Amino acid sequence: MKKAVALLFIAAMSLAAEVTPAEDLALVPGGEFRSVLPVAPGVARVTVAKFKMDRLPVTNSAFSKFAVEHPEWQRGRPSKLFVDESYLSHWENVVRPKRGTERQPITQVSWYAASAYCKARGARLPTWHEWEFTAAANGTMRDARDDPAWQSTILAWYSRPSGTLPEIGKTEANLYGVYDLHGVVWEWVEDFNGMLVSSDSREQGDPNALRFCGSGALTLEQKDQYAVLMRVAMLSGMQAKYTTATMGFRCAQDESP
Amino acid sequence: MRRIKWMAGVATLLVIAACTPSQPESQANKSATKVDLGPPQGEPIHAVLTSPPEVPAATNRKAPAKVIVELEVIEKEMEIAEGVKYTFWTFGGTVPGSFIRVRQGDTVEFHLKNHPTSKMPHNIDLHGVTGPGGGAASSFTVPGHASQFTFKALNAGIYVYHCATAPVGMHVANGMYGLILIEPPEGLPPVDHEYYVMQGDFYTVGKYREKGLQPFDMQRAIDERPTYVLFNGSETSLTGPRALKAKTHETMRLFVGNGGPNLVSSFHVIGEIFDRVQQEGGTHAQENVQTTLIPAGGAAIVEFTTDVPGNYVMVDHSIFRAFNKGALAILEVSGDQNLAIYSGKEGDEVYIGDKVGSLASVATAVEASSRGALTKDQQVQAGAALYKGTCSVCHQESGQGLASVFPPLANSDFLKADARKAIEVALNGLSGKVTVNGVAYNSVMPPMSQLNDDEIANILTYVMGSWGNTGPQVSAAQVKAVRASTKRPEGAAH
Repeated sequence: MKKAVALLFIAAMSLAAEVTPAEDLALVPGGEFRSVLPVAPGVARVTVAKFKMDRLPVTNSAFSKFAVEHPEWQRGRPSKLFVDESYLSHWENVVRPKRGTERQPITQVSWYAASAYCKARGARLPTWHEWEFTAAANGTMRDARDDPAWQSTILAWYSRPSGTLPEIGKTEANLYGVYDLHGVVWEWVEDFNGMLVSSDSREQGDPNALRFCGSGALTLEQKDQYAVLMRVAMLSGMQAKYTTATMGFRCAQDESP
Repeated sequence: MRRIKWMAGVATLLVIAACTPSQPESQANKSATKVDLGPPQGEPIHAVLTSPPEVPAATNRKAPAKVIVELEVIEKEMEIAEGVKYTFWTFGGTVPGSFIRVRQGDTVEFHLKNHPTSKMPHNIDLHGVTGPGGGAASSFTVPGHASQFTFKALNAGIYVYHCATAPVGMHVANGMYGLILIEPPEGLPPVDHEYYVMQGDFYTVGKYREKGLQPFDMQRAIDERPTYVLFNGSETSLTGPRALKAKTHETMRLFVGNGGPNLVSSFHVIGEIFDRVQQEGGTHAQENVQTTLIPAGGAAIVEFTTDVPGNYVMVDHSIFRAFNKGALAILEVSGDQNLAIYSGKEGDEVYIGDKVGSLASVATAVEASSRGALTKDQQVQAGAALYKGTCSVCHQESGQGLASVFPPLANSDFLKADARKAIEVALNGLSGKVTVNGVAYNSVMPPMSQLNDDEIANILTYVMGSWGNTGPQVSAAQVKAVRASTKRPEGAAH
């Protein structure tokens, strides 16, 4: 029931948006691609299975509905282990965002809160590789990462001061019909905590790096992919309980056979 | 880099050890290299940070202390040039970042705060830190959070700090650098002014001075083709009302850094010679320096005294950067003139290099005149040479003048009418309306009173006897008489 309500709500939101996607989740066919975070040293190619991803980031309005239905996730309720002091601190009150921000992406949420939201919808957060695979596309190509135009669009976002968040769905959809993967907010991913990149970005060539976490350790490949690397840097700086003014999320689902 | 520094330290120690018997004790004890002066003493001190171009006051401490430094990262839009905005990432809200001043031996508790409105995670690598990454890994901080780490300031000197978050070059290019001064235990000698100047190169999508908000251009940065090369992050940060100020006879100390990310600086102050330059804040000062190299990620302490008032322009002497990319700052020195050191402009004469050969006739005339044996022919020869150098620019080679601008001297009714008048005009100039050969001219001829009596006499003898003129020979005595009896406009030579 809850799931149905949430889905209906999201559907309503999407309809209200200028874009009117056919459904809330887009089918991403998956496939093999080069990740900036290889699964193991020397293994550049990663396979992503077919899955579904929210076309739009979760909004303040949608999260407000979640907070009403799940009071344990209202501001002030969760344990300090799961959220930091800034959790939903930008809202009008414990269940309502500031007027006029309803259609902005939800931010100031921890990984735990984001995961709980998706779980309540019968979904989950996308993995980094799923997110990276989907976000590599532009309107016409599956992998636009070497396209200077694609790169400069993303870098341009970094060149703007944060200020007010934009409303969702104002960017162009990519090949899969997914919006706002770039130029709006950072997004939590399920396995952000496994992105064991060094906090000092200049140590990427350190041969000792593998000593610490065995094959689970990741080193950055494709160092010219600045736009993506900056997202990796941001995620690697986070702890699961952290919340920031520009970190939001969207949900994903396995594609049922 | 750390390893190299450490090895250099060892090398220095070895050198000192080897030389100890012949070295005076005071020198061996000097804080020339890495020193641990023991645990911090007294209550913790909160460091006072300053925005450029100001520098915090000397620590004036005699013992190592625990010093708490709180530095806040703020991403903000500021003017990079007049009418041109840029999103800077800053340490403390300014480019370069806040100046930090501690004393060698201090234990520094460093707090890096990343403002909640920031988009990016940031960290800090201080070149004055001994430890992996210079603090970078320990200070990695996402927006709305703060990190803390502690280091002991083992080496004295002036050190760059900068952000080291990926992509490092972009964080640095956006202005994330500054200076930390680690004073030697005895402090620095007092001076009248200390200022903080730091160069950086900037890469925008739009051209130099193209108006509006300019985004960062990664490709230009990779290609090392900056749009701007600036002191203190803006083309106007140290010019006009914001120029650095000093009076004459004052001692100046500039802490000059270079954040890069790409270019090295050839730092020069036009019209000054640096009395002392401590490159990288090292202990051996270079003296009498014209231009000093400030590497990217390096700094120097530059000292000089002010002797002559005026504006002194600081530049990167890779000079196109100064005049086409903005690497220009002004030091305004006020006070009394010191003509013994610098006179100002003392003269300005026409100099025509390729006419030198023909001036032999002038020398001949001067020699003959001194013997009282000057002939008309010698006068004409000398006058012709002088005419070419002085008069022909306006009146033209053959005295034909320039239609409706400069009156002709050739076959001139004006000249024929009055020889004395011609001497007067040559000496004192002429402005206003005159009619020559029936044509009206309204122009200005400056006084030529810098020419001596002989020279004017020779020129006029040449002119009066050429191009259809039938005037008389003019003598130096006649010119002398006119010079004595007439007045020249103010400012003309006498």
